[in-house]
Amino acid sequence: MKYYDKLIFDLSKEGRQGYSLPANKWESTVSELPAGLLRSEAPALPQVSELDVVRHYTNLSQMNFGVDSGFYPLGSCTMKYNPKINEEIAANPVFAGLHPLQPAETVQGALRLYKDLAAALSAITGMAEFTLDPFAGAHGELTGLMVIRQYHIARGDLKRTKIIVPDSAHGTNPASAAVCGLDIVQVKSNPVGLVDVEDLKPLLDDTIAGIMMTNPNTLGLFEKDIREIAALVHACGGLLYYDGANMNPLMGVVRPGDMGFDVLHLNLHKTFSTPHGGGGPGSGPVGVAAHLASHLPVPKVVEAEDGTLYIADGTCKCASSPEGSGAFGPACGCAPECKCGCQACGQISGFMGNFGVLLRAYTYILMLGKQNIKKVGPLAVLGANYIKESLKDVYKLPIPTVCKHEFVFDGLADQSTGVTTLDVAKRLLDYGFHAPTIYFPLLFHQSIMIEPTETESKETLDEFIEVMRKLAQEALESPEYFKEAPHNTPVGRLDETTAARQPILRYKDLV
Amino acid sequence: MAFAYFPHTEDDIRQMLDRIGVESLEDLYSDVPQDVIYREEYDLPDAMSEHEVRQYFEALAEQNTSLFCLCGLGAYDHYSPAVIPHIISRSEFLTAYTPYQPEVSQGTLRYIFEYQSMITELTGMDCTNASMYDGATAAAEAMMMAMAATKKKTRVLLSEGLLPQVVKVVKTYAKFKGIAVTMIPCLDGVTSYGSLLTELAVGDVAGVLVPGINKYGIIEDFTGFADAVHAQKGLFMVYSDPSSLAVIKTPADWGADIVCGDSQTLGIPLSYGGPYVGFLACTKDHVRKLPGRIVGATKDVNGKRAYVLTLQAREQHIRREKATSNICSNQSLMALYVTVYMSLMGPKGLREVNELCYGGAHYLHDRLLETGLFEKAFDKPFLKEFTLKTKVPAQRIQDALQLIGVFGAVEVEPGLVNFCVTEKVSKESVDAIVGYLAEEVAL
Amino acid sequence: MSKTLEGLYYSESHEWVKVEGNVAIIGITDFAQHAMGDLSYVDMPEVDDELEKGEEFGAVESVKAASDLYSPVSGTVIEINEELEDAPELLNQDAFANWIIKVEMSDPSELEALMDAAAYESMCANE
Repeated sequence: MKYYDKLIFDLSKEGRQGYSLPANKWESTVSELPAGLLRSEAPALPQVSELDVVRHYTNLSQMNFGVDSGFYPLGSCTMKYNPKINEEIAANPVFAGLHPLQPAETVQGALRLYKDLAAALSAITGMAEFTLDPFAGAHGELTGLMVIRQYHIARGDLKRTKIIVPDSAHGTNPASAAVCGLDIVQVKSNPVGLVDVEDLKPLLDDTIAGIMMTNPNTLGLFEKDIREIAALVHACGGLLYYDGANMNPLMGVVRPGDMGFDVLHLNLHKTFSTPHGGGGPGSGPVGVAAHLASHLPVPKVVEAEDGTLYIADGTCKCASSPEGSGAFGPACGCAPECKCGCQACGQISGFMGNFGVLLRAYTYILMLGKQNIKKVGPLAVLGANYIKESLKDVYKLPIPTVCKHEFVFDGLADQSTGVTTLDVAKRLLDYGFHAPTIYFPLLFHQSIMIEPTETESKETLDEFIEVMRKLAQEALESPEYFKEAPHNTPVGRLDETTAARQPILRYKDLV
Repeated sequence: MAFAYFPHTEDDIRQMLDRIGVESLEDLYSDVPQDVIYREEYDLPDAMSEHEVRQYFEALAEQNTSLFCLCGLGAYDHYSPAVIPHIISRSEFLTAYTPYQPEVSQGTLRYIFEYQSMITELTGMDCTNASMYDGATAAAEAMMMAMAATKKKTRVLLSEGLLPQVVKVVKTYAKFKGIAVTMIPCLDGVTSYGSLLTELAVGDVAGVLVPGINKYGIIEDFTGFADAVHAQKGLFMVYSDPSSLAVIKTPADWGADIVCGDSQTLGIPLSYGGPYVGFLACTKDHVRKLPGRIVGATKDVNGKRAYVLTLQAREQHIRREKATSNICSNQSLMALYVTVYMSLMGPKGLREVNELCYGGAHYLHDRLLETGLFEKAFDKPFLKEFTLKTKVPAQRIQDALQLIGVFGAVEVEPGLVNFCVTEKVSKESVDAIVGYLAEEVAL
Repeated sequence: MSKTLEGLYYSESHEWVKVEGNVAIIGITDFAQHAMGDLSYVDMPEVDDELEKGEEFGAVESVKAASDLYSPVSGTVIEINEELEDAPELLNQDAFANWIIKVEMSDPSELEALMDAAAYESMCANE
C-alpha cells in the first residue's frame, strides 16, 4: 500500500465542478425566498473536477484493506467472502428506483422479497416470523428487546424490567438493553468459559424480562447447558434472546429456535455474506417465536388471502377498535393473531430497513440453496479449530476444548520480552494480513480472537499459521523492532491520546 | 460438485481434521447436545447458478412498476452521478470492516473525516459523527443526547411538522427509554411558537425537535425558538435536509444545539427506503455525548498526518450499558456515497440542484393550481416539495397519475397532498402531466 | 507501586477526599490514574449540582477505557477544577496535587465510612 496524503479539500480550486447539471429553464429562483430564510455564505465544499474525484478516491481506496485484499480473521465479525453477484442484483435499476411510499400494488416484487427472505430465515433459524426492518446487529438487538418488553407489558406483567447478560457478552448487549430501558444483571462465566448455571439460578425471579445469550459465545464455545438454561429462564417467566452475531458456525447445523430461543437477531453482513462497507450498511433482521409475532415492529409485510401483499403500518384497522392508541399494549383490544400491526412494539426505522442489503442476502441464500447450507457452519468451525490446534504451542490457549467458528488466545505463550497482543496485531499487518479482534473478550488481559470463516482455503490458513509462528519467534529474537510495528503500512502507529485530548474532527480545524 | 464459495477439497478436509485430531466434521459438534442438531433438509430453494439467480431477480423486478417520481416525504429522487457507484464498488471500500486497525484503514478513515467536514459545513455545526442508520433513528439518538446532556429532565417536545415516520420512530425509542413526548401542533402549516412557549412553561423539557423543512414542504422560520428553549435549559434540535442547506439558513444560524436528518437527498437512490444514511451533528459542548463512531485527525509515529477513530470512551464496547447509545456501526459506505456526491457537486453544483428543484417545484405548483383541481393549503415558502388541498378525492388524482406511470399526490393528511420536484424533472414532463390531469380528472 | 497520602480519606471506587472545614476536596488516587493510563478527558458535574453519597458525578476517560467517578460524600458541588478541561494529563502527572471537584458536605459524618491510607493501600494490594 502506498501513502497518499491529500484530502479532497486540498485539491479544491475556485471554479471547478465535478458534475454538469442540466440547463435551468425555470423562471423562479431561490433568491425569491424571504432573506431571513436564506443561507448567508456558501458552504466550503471542495471544488474539483470529475477526474480529481475519481483519482482521489481511488488513491484512498489503495490505503484500505478489505476481504478482497487478503485474509481478515477478525473475531466475531465473520469476514467471509462477499460474492460479486450480490452487488449486481442489488444494483438492478428497477429496485433502485422504487419510492418507499409507492402503492403496494406497484411494489409486489419488493414486498415478495421481504416475504421470501423472511421465510428463508425462518427455515434456517427455526423462528416463526421475522422483521427485516432493523438496520444493523445492534439495532436488531434493540428491536428484539423491545419485542420482549412489549410482550410482558401486553400481558400486564409490568415488573419485568431486568435483563440478564453474561459477562462475556458483546458490549452492544448491555448498551442495547439500556437504550430499551432495561436494567442489566450480569451473570458470570464458569472456569471453562460458559454461563455458570449455578450463578444464574438465584438471579431468576419475576422481575426478569429475559436473558441475552450468544451461542457459541464470544470465546467461540458452545453453551452446552443451553437446554437447562432455557428451561430455567422460561420457568421464571423470562424469554431467551439469541445474539446472532455468532450464528455462522450453526448455519446449517443447529437452529436457535430448537434450542429454546424466543427472539433472535441475525447479522446479514456477517452470516449472509453482504459486505461490511467499512462499517455499514448492514442489516439485523429479528426473528421471533409464534407467540411474540404480533409484537414485531411495523411497517410489516402481510399476505392477503388472495396472495397479494400489503403493508401493515400499525394503524388499527380492526372494526371493533379506535384508531392507533399509541399506548403500550393492545389498547385496541385486538386478538394476538391480529395482522394489522396494532400490537407492534412500534416503528424502528424510517421505512422498511436496508432493502438493498436484503437483496444481497437473499441472493446468497439462493446461491447456497438447501444443498450447500449444511456445509457453512462445519467448514467455518473446521478452519477455526485447525488454526487453534496449529498455534496452541506458541500462543496461550486458556480454554483448550473444541471451539466453534472462533477462539481466543490470551497472548503469546512466552510473554517474557514484553511483546503484547497489540504488537502481534500490528506486526501481522506487515505480513499482509488483517489483525484478529484484540482485547476482546474482556475475560483475558491479552485476548486475540480469531475467526477464519468457511470461505478461506487451507493454503491461506497455512500461510497465516506460518506467519503467526514466525511472529512468536520474532517476539523473542527482536522484541524492540516488533514493538515498533507496523513498518510496511501507509502510516505507522498513531498518536491516539492526542487525538482524544484535542479532537480535530473536520478540515476547518486542521488548517 | 464443488461450490464456488467453499475452497476445501476432500483431501484438505481430511488433513485439517487430522491436525485437529477428530474423525469427521460432525465430531466438531460433539459438545452440542445431539437433540438440537438439525438433521432434516432445510426448507429452502435448490441451489442456483448465477444465471438462474439473475433470471429469478429479473422476474421479481418485473412484479414492480417503475414510476416517474413526484413524491418526497422523506425519500427524494435526486440524480446520482455515474462516478459514485463506480467508486463505492471498489472492493477495498466495500469489503472492509469498521476501521479498527487505522494503519490499514486510512482510506475509510480519511473519507469519513471528509464526510464529517462536509456535513459540518452544510449544517454550520462544530462536530458530527461518522453517520447514523437513517434520519429517523438519528432523530431518536438526538433525543437521547438531549436527555443525557440535561440529566434530570424527563420530557422532549416534537413538532407535528416532522415527517410521520420520524415521529413514530422517536416515539418508539422514547416509550421504552421512559421519556415523555409532547407534540407541538402546527398552526397555518408551521410549528406553533405560541404552543412551544406554553409547553416550555410547563417545564421539565430536555429538548425540542423541529423540522427545518416540514412535512408540508414549508421552510420554517425559527426566530425566537432557540432563545426560548435555552431559557429553560433545554436543547434546540433541528431535523434538516442537508441538500437544502446549500441555500437555506443553517440550523447553526438558528441557534441549534443538535442537528439530525437523512442525507439520502445527497444523491442516494430511492432503493425502496434503504440503505440511506442519517447524520447527527452538534456544537462542541456536546461532542462527548455524541453517539457512534467519530474520526479525528492525528499523526503517526513518524509525524505523518493520519486519521483514527477517536473519543471511543463514549462507546458501547468500552462503556457497555453506560454508553451514550448502543450503535456500534454507521452507514459508512453510504457516507462515502454522499461524500463523493458533495465533492462532485461542490458549493455551486449543490446550489444549482436546489435552484432546479425550486424552479421546477414552483412551476408545478402554479400549473396544478391552474387546473382547478387544487387550491392552496398554505401560503408559505417552500423549496422542492409542497402541499396542496385537493378538490377531488386524492385517490382519484393518484390513480390518474399512476395510469400514466407517475407517482405523486400522496396524502400528508386527509385532503392534503404532497408533490416534489427534483432536478430530474423537465418542463416538458411537468406540462404533459399537468395537461393530462386537467383533461382527465373531472371536478 | 502507586503512592498514597496520609491524612486523606479514601473510597472503594478510588476517590480521595481532603477535608477543609465543611468542604470535601475530591480527586482520584494515584492507583486509579495508573490503572487508566494516559487520560484524555475528565467529565465533571456543574457547580450547584446536588450529590448523594455514592452518586456518579462524572468520569475519567483514556483512549481505551472509561471509569465513572462516585461521590464519597453528600453535598453541593461548589467548584470544579477547570484546568482539567484542557489538561486531563495533570491527573497522570500528580493525582493528589490535582483535585476534581469541591463539595460542601451536608453530612460530614459520612466521612467515617471511608478508609484511611493504610486501609486503602491494603485494598489496592488485593486488586
